[in-house]
Amino acid sequence: MTTDAYLALDGLTKAYPGVVANDAVSFQIMPGQIHALLGENGAGKSTLVKMIYGLVKPDSGTMRVNNQPYEPATPHAARGSGVAMVFQHFSLFDALDVDENIALGMDNPPPMRELAARITEVSHAYGLPLDPSRRVGDLSAGERQRVEIIRCLLQNPKLLIMDEPTSVLTPQEVGILFETLRKLSDEGTAILYISHKLDEIRALCEEATVLRLGKVVATCDPREKSSRDLAELMVGETLHTPEREGGETGEVLLEVQNLSLSPANQFGTRLKNISFSLRAGEVLGIAGVAGNGQDELLAALSGERRVTPEAILFKGEAIGRAGPNARRVRGLLAAPEERLGHAAAPTMSLTENALLTGDIREALSRNGFVIWSKARRFAERVIEAFDVRTPGAETAAGALSGGNLQKFVIGREILQRPDVFVVNQPTWGVDASAAAAIRQAILDQSARGAGVVVISQDLDELMEISDNFAALNEGTLATPRPAKGLTVDEIGLMMGGAHDMDVAHPEELHA
Amino acid sequence: MDSINPILLIASLMVASTPILLAALGEMVVEKAGVLNLGVEGMMITGAVVGFAIGVNSGSSALGFVSAALAGAALSMVFAIITQVLLANQVATGLGLTLFGLGLSSLIGKPYVGVKAPGFAKLDIPFLSDIPVLGPILFRHDPMVYLSLILVAVVWYLLARTRVGLILRAVGENHAAAHALGYKVVRVRFAAIATGGAMAGLGGAYVSLVRVPQWVEGMTAGAGWIALAIVVFASWRPWRILLGAYLFGGITVLQLNLQAAGSSIPVEYLSMSPYLVTILVLVIISVRGNHGAPGSLGRVFHASQ
Repeated sequence: MTTDAYLALDGLTKAYPGVVANDAVSFQIMPGQIHALLGENGAGKSTLVKMIYGLVKPDSGTMRVNNQPYEPATPHAARGSGVAMVFQHFSLFDALDVDENIALGMDNPPPMRELAARITEVSHAYGLPLDPSRRVGDLSAGERQRVEIIRCLLQNPKLLIMDEPTSVLTPQEVGILFETLRKLSDEGTAILYISHKLDEIRALCEEATVLRLGKVVATCDPREKSSRDLAELMVGETLHTPEREGGETGEVLLEVQNLSLSPANQFGTRLKNISFSLRAGEVLGIAGVAGNGQDELLAALSGERRVTPEAILFKGEAIGRAGPNARRVRGLLAAPEERLGHAAAPTMSLTENALLTGDIREALSRNGFVIWSKARRFAERVIEAFDVRTPGAETAAGALSGGNLQKFVIGREILQRPDVFVVNQPTWGVDASAAAAIRQAILDQSARGAGVVVISQDLDELMEISDNFAALNEGTLATPRPAKGLTVDEIGLMMGGAHDMDVAHPEELHA
Repeated sequence: MDSINPILLIASLMVASTPILLAALGEMVVEKAGVLNLGVEGMMITGAVVGFAIGVNSGSSALGFVSAALAGAALSMVFAIITQVLLANQVATGLGLTLFGLGLSSLIGKPYVGVKAPGFAKLDIPFLSDIPVLGPILFRHDPMVYLSLILVAVVWYLLARTRVGLILRAVGENHAAAHALGYKVVRVRFAAIATGGAMAGLGGAYVSLVRVPQWVEGMTAGAGWIALAIVVFASWRPWRILLGAYLFGGITVLQLNLQAAGSSIPVEYLSMSPYLVTILVLVIISVRGNHGAPGSLGRVFHASQ
């Protein structure tokens, strides 16, 4: 079979014990094409790109690059064939400098001084300015992604794989990234763009391959499909959109005044003079790119980190110094972002995990002794009410899939009937139907008369469920505004705009 | 007090510090690669007994040092296989290695108790060693003292300026990322662990062949633990390790001299002073600025593919 495709996949299959991650996947990418790979979590996107990048060996099937057999045994071999990859996670070294990070991703890096000059030159030409001598741990999420992109561009790739590149960018930064990608495509670089953000794919990509449960279910031109069509291809069922009942907001429940907090570690973010108030029945959405103080804000509101007493008023009472349990007693509950290890203890059973936060409000212990039957009933109620798929309440939390555990963690707090509920990234890494269920549960809380603070990086989600909207940017919070009628541009500016990015002008490279 | 000769004091400071310097430097390389090997003491004492045995039997201290380095590296490979291949807990394995090394060295060392070391010639550097004051302090030592100082510079240069060093630091900083970029995490760690073992072995042999010089059971007397502490408090920086080791060695020598001179300070306080002062000084240094523990230090790496 000869084609003019740059990369041709034919019948790629990879099975892990108990699950076929990729089942006879075939598609082609033309030179200069921007090709989308769409699919839900667990659809097999990551396994597929790991095979292309030489991190995983396929069980069967063939790959061809420029009509030559292509069997990369290592990422080095993949890079040698012109394949480069921008990772979503796990590929930067916080304690090392930008230029050292980039040198590590290259096979034959030039001497450091020369490399630093090249980084400055290329990064400016593509509108992604970078200072090669800064420590990566001090960079913002958007800047860290620039490091990854520049690392790839310095090797003149023929195929650039991008795994969820926009999850850490403001809308303005996304716009500039797309300009950069289009320039690269005009120069003949093929791009494999992995995402589940359908609007972005429709704006950027020329062809889309949709994966569901490891199989290719469709190949289409995303510009000719609606987002809803694409979503239903991905999920394979009709989507349920959360409904809100538009309840009235009541008296102020939570008042935050000039909340400041120094970071817990050297790479954390300092919270600066954060003020907002939350009424009964209100959903306040807080947007922001990761690493702008979300974790610190949640810690301050939940009581994990103590602040000055008057910084947080709950129903008029100063509780800044109160710990998590003291706040739970009063009705302020929180669910942090990290499911495993923060919201839940992975090796403990669901019953034990339910006990950890539910002990006080659900009276699950007496005189210091746990009433196990009651704790188990509480866990079972959460499992029942939130459709958590698990063999039972005695299963270890770590054995649940991400989406199911997330439903459990959110449900555990909601069933304790909070007066104010603070949640960070409620639907991160959760499939579309579970996400819809979680959003519905959040809206039900506000309809019940509770106040909800939702911290999220998913703008669509926030626009769907928030009454008021604010954004965190480098530890400061913009004044909340009514969510209705806000444009994407306005939101982007609240999130810090394009920071110091600039539209690409690659002609400088050749000048 | 007048009986303490400052020139001799400083000269013997360098000798007293060399074993700890070598062991700490080696452990720093290991930790920079993200591995915590608490078996330094065990590798040192094994190096001490093997170096002494080979030195006595061959009559050559140089050959003794080479064998000590090999013995330390060989013992560290036990640790490497258990922690890097079998993915066991590093702290428990390291402690086990120390206990194993102490026992093994007693066994090997039985016939050598009371035997005299073959001696190790000092370099007599022409002209330089004749300089008054500086000559006896700096230029009349044996080659191992100079080698240990050269190694500080070499380790610093390798880690800070070369690609090999960059890869080693990357593996220690974030092993998942290093793996994703295609670096051989386990292979790099094996090499680092072997280097650390060899240097601990050299340090141990220096105690038995030069510093004491004879074989006594348990003669490293906690030097391996001090080396471990120095690595942490020196914030994983080679030149600070030099400072820490020399400070410890210096105060050890000074307090021994004070004891011999019949100081009125109780012996117990003098004996504990090197440990206290070294840790205090290095804590004060490391309080400010970043501490720089490698991000993956002590964590088990499993290529989840």
